[in-house]
Amino acid sequence: MNLADQIRAAWTWLTTSAHWSGGDGIPHRLLEHLQYSALALVIAALIALPLGAIVGHTGRGGFVVVTIANFARAIPTLGLLLIIVTVMSIGLTPVLIALTALAMPPILVNTYEGIRGVDPDIKDAARGMGMTGPGILLKAEVPVAMPLVLLGLRTAAIQVVATATIAAEVGIGGLGRYIIDGLARKDYPSVVGGSVLVLLLAVAVQVAFVGIRRAVVSRGLRNQA
Amino acid sequence: MNVIAAADGEPLIRWDWIGDHTGQLADLTVHHLKLALLPILFGLVLAIPLGVMCVRWRWLYPPTLGVANVLYGVPSLAFFMLLIPYFGIGSGGKADFTIIVPMTLFSLSVLVPNVVDGLRSVPDPVRQAATAMGFGTLRRLIQVELPIAVPVVIAGARVATVASISLVSVGMLIGNGGLGQLFIDGYARDFTTPIIVSCVLIIALALVSDGVLVAAQRLLTPWARRRTR
Repeated sequence: MNLADQIRAAWTWLTTSAHWSGGDGIPHRLLEHLQYSALALVIAALIALPLGAIVGHTGRGGFVVVTIANFARAIPTLGLLLIIVTVMSIGLTPVLIALTALAMPPILVNTYEGIRGVDPDIKDAARGMGMTGPGILLKAEVPVAMPLVLLGLRTAAIQVVATATIAAEVGIGGLGRYIIDGLARKDYPSVVGGSVLVLLLAVAVQVAFVGIRRAVVSRGLRNQA
Repeated sequence: MNVIAAADGEPLIRWDWIGDHTGQLADLTVHHLKLALLPILFGLVLAIPLGVMCVRWRWLYPPTLGVANVLYGVPSLAFFMLLIPYFGIGSGGKADFTIIVPMTLFSLSVLVPNVVDGLRSVPDPVRQAATAMGFGTLRRLIQVELPIAVPVVIAGARVATVASISLVSVGMLIGNGGLGQLFIDGYARDFTTPIIVSCVLIIALALVSDGVLVAAQRLLTPWARRRTR
């Protein structure tokens, strides 16, 4: 099977109308995939954004946070998922824990580096205008660090969307079903079609982040970083 | 839901299993390193000329980075599947490239921007001084610009190496995941020991490789050490 055959197989699979309806239909699987991914990303952001911001702002514990985050990057997500499933039981919780663990390091490190790297002159100016700790953090440091924070969120989002595929290995839905089930049934068009869908989703995430960046990054900073 | 141990009282780790499987663990570790580190080597071989070209012809950088980022978004499993018809399935020989090729392309999304940033961090006066000393473009690149870029390039290589070592394990789903092979072994038998042991080994490999790269950076940039002294 060469590349042209692969493209043809994926195209035929994607354009078969039966694949677009029902519980195993593409819209339903896509929705599941987005649900797990978004949920894991939101949980990770709720933990990592404030933690990174506070550590970056106070400058205390930075080395520890970066060391732990780099250590966490080395954890194989699939192995972590299978350990949790073996110890607990199959369900959405193990998948969410594994994906959250995957998403946290890039968000944490980028938020920390972003806030820490803010020009001290800017912080002095904010203090001179009468701002105190939280005000400086929220009104001066966070906006200036925003491009780097968004970069961390984007990296996390892409990794989560791509990795949510392996949730299918432990019997959960999402677009990974087409790849894992296709592999088990030797249904190659389903594997290629599913792969193309995840790839498109990852590209969509990147495009979405270009839009988010335009919306939330201050105009004065847009040409940097 | 029992978090401490499986329902039948099976402990999380059976230490004697490790002793009985040292040979297998050593073989899988060596194979894991091959699958994870060759891509970083190939990635550097590709990223350095690509980065040099992107610095020289600025318009080339956005599309190159765009392609690298899209490739990075491809789920590893999907990428493996697409390559099986070309390199085959299984472990060893040509089939290893089913894993090595995607891992190489993944590394580019980190390595190319770091090569570019590293080269751009070379101060203009340094470049001008090299030119004034009669260095041609190629000699200036190899003897002046690339050595100055080393810290940034190695910073990228560190991120890529740790990611690669942990990601290779996904190859287990097509029968070639290095230490990841033990995941399926444990999962199929509801037996956590092999999964935990291989996870710990993978994390240890990542940390050791990271340390080796830090040491390499110190060796390659002796002037940085002298300055801090």
